[in-house]
Amino acid sequence: MTAAAHAYAAIVGARFRMLLQYRAAALAGFATNLFWGFIRVMIFDAFYRSSAAPQPMSREDVMGYIWLGQAMFALLPWNTDPDVRGMIRTGTVAYELVRPLDLYALWFSRGLAARLAPTLLRAVPMLVIAWLFLGLQLPPSLASGAAWVAATAGALLLSSALATLLTLSLLWTLSGEGVTRIVPPLVYMLSGMVIPLPLYPDWAQPLLDFLPFRGLVDTPFRLYLGHIPPEHVGAVLAHQLVWTAALVLLGRRLLARATRRLVVQGG
Amino acid sequence: MRRDDAPGLYLRYVGISLRGQMQYRASFWMLTFGNLFAAGVEFLGIWALFGRFGSLSGWSLAEVALFYGIVNTAFALAEGIGRGFDTFPGMVKGGDFDRLLLRPRPTALQVAGQEVQLMRVGRLLQGLVVLGWAMTALPGAWTAPKLLLLTGVIGGGAYLFIGLFVLQATLSFWTVETLEIMNTVTYGGTETGQFPLTIYRPWFRRFFTFVVPLGAMNYLPAPLLLDRDAGGIPTWVSWGSPAAGVLFLLVALRLWKIGVRHYTSTGS
Repeated sequence: MTAAAHAYAAIVGARFRMLLQYRAAALAGFATNLFWGFIRVMIFDAFYRSSAAPQPMSREDVMGYIWLGQAMFALLPWNTDPDVRGMIRTGTVAYELVRPLDLYALWFSRGLAARLAPTLLRAVPMLVIAWLFLGLQLPPSLASGAAWVAATAGALLLSSALATLLTLSLLWTLSGEGVTRIVPPLVYMLSGMVIPLPLYPDWAQPLLDFLPFRGLVDTPFRLYLGHIPPEHVGAVLAHQLVWTAALVLLGRRLLARATRRLVVQGG
Repeated sequence: MRRDDAPGLYLRYVGISLRGQMQYRASFWMLTFGNLFAAGVEFLGIWALFGRFGSLSGWSLAEVALFYGIVNTAFALAEGIGRGFDTFPGMVKGGDFDRLLLRPRPTALQVAGQEVQLMRVGRLLQGLVVLGWAMTALPGAWTAPKLLLLTGVIGGGAYLFIGLFVLQATLSFWTVETLEIMNTVTYGGTETGQFPLTIYRPWFRRFFTFVVPLGAMNYLPAPLLLDRDAGGIPTWVSWGSPAAGVLFLLVALRLWKIGVRHYTSTGS
């Protein structure tokens, strides 16, 4: 059992080292990211200057939400695993099937590493710059900060479970191009990346509360900002973990069905 | 060099590229639908913000929708036509550009014809849908001169974005590492141009007016298109705004020529 755990840890570690190789690309990506944040800040600023009506979130909270979003966006399940995609297209996925590891756990750890490494790479410098120069406040209390860290870990698990589902869809569609175009916009919209979720109409809130996507962005960010009091961290984590468990179960089901009827591409 | 057959040659490139893509019919429809949906999500966000805030610095949802429709339609047209320039850094890296140099036809034309992306139809459709909605929702009547200007503005915008793609490809003659930075003016430009540029900080508006003339498909023609107070914008500037994109493309092509002269093959 510990040997298996070592194997998964090695997969996460290898992925990490690979992503850290491309520093110039990371820098260019960072600058793009910063620019994007500025556009969004100016747009929301203009909206807040246009209306004196009370809003579900203060202007300052929205600004914080935007910069947290720029820092954490690599955490989102926006892509299928490119390696698995290549393996399925060429047929080398057969090797994955004969490995003495649980295939779901293997792909889940790949997905987890593919979120964790780029997130750390982008989030740390972005948060530092946002704290120093862009007016991002530290969490209002230590409890809020701790709640944010816990909810971010929950978001990572939830996101990996969703990403693994996306990867599994490749076993049916091969190219995966359709899925990777339709799912990410949906995730952006429903998680809070397009606009902070509290700004959607009130009638949409119960639906947004129910769906898993809020746990990726909205609830961790609002815990950070103190917009959700730290006492409610339990409910946030429960929402994330119940959905993660449900998605993992669904993923395992799908994988079991797929391996029974799998046709390996020759080549 | 014979140049008179250039349009015919480009159309043949387009034909070949399209026939190739239509081999994967299901994939094409999924991509089209996906693109339509992706762009639609953003407009949904804008709609929700107007629901909360009512207006944006004196602009209505219908007016913002017109800007949104213009910039997305123009970008989709440019992406369809000039996307070959996007895959160009790969040609430089692999040394494949050498082959193009050997052919007695303009290099820019050959690169543009490399890949005409049909799947961009999704963004185009979405831009046109929002544009259509904005045109019916706006109170002013759409007279012939206004329609002419609108068409010109969209065309000028498409030229501007093609110019940006050409510039991005030109940069790859010198470096292929930091090209993602150009996304700030291409994709960032579409993001910016979805709103009236007057809502941004002055330095930002100036950059997107005088350096990258995004303003020419945005707030500069707005007084005529929306029957708004000119706010100090001379009428000739509003009417002449489509020319800015054309000029930008001409400058970009000039730089492209310099880049081609500077090109040394990787030899692989």
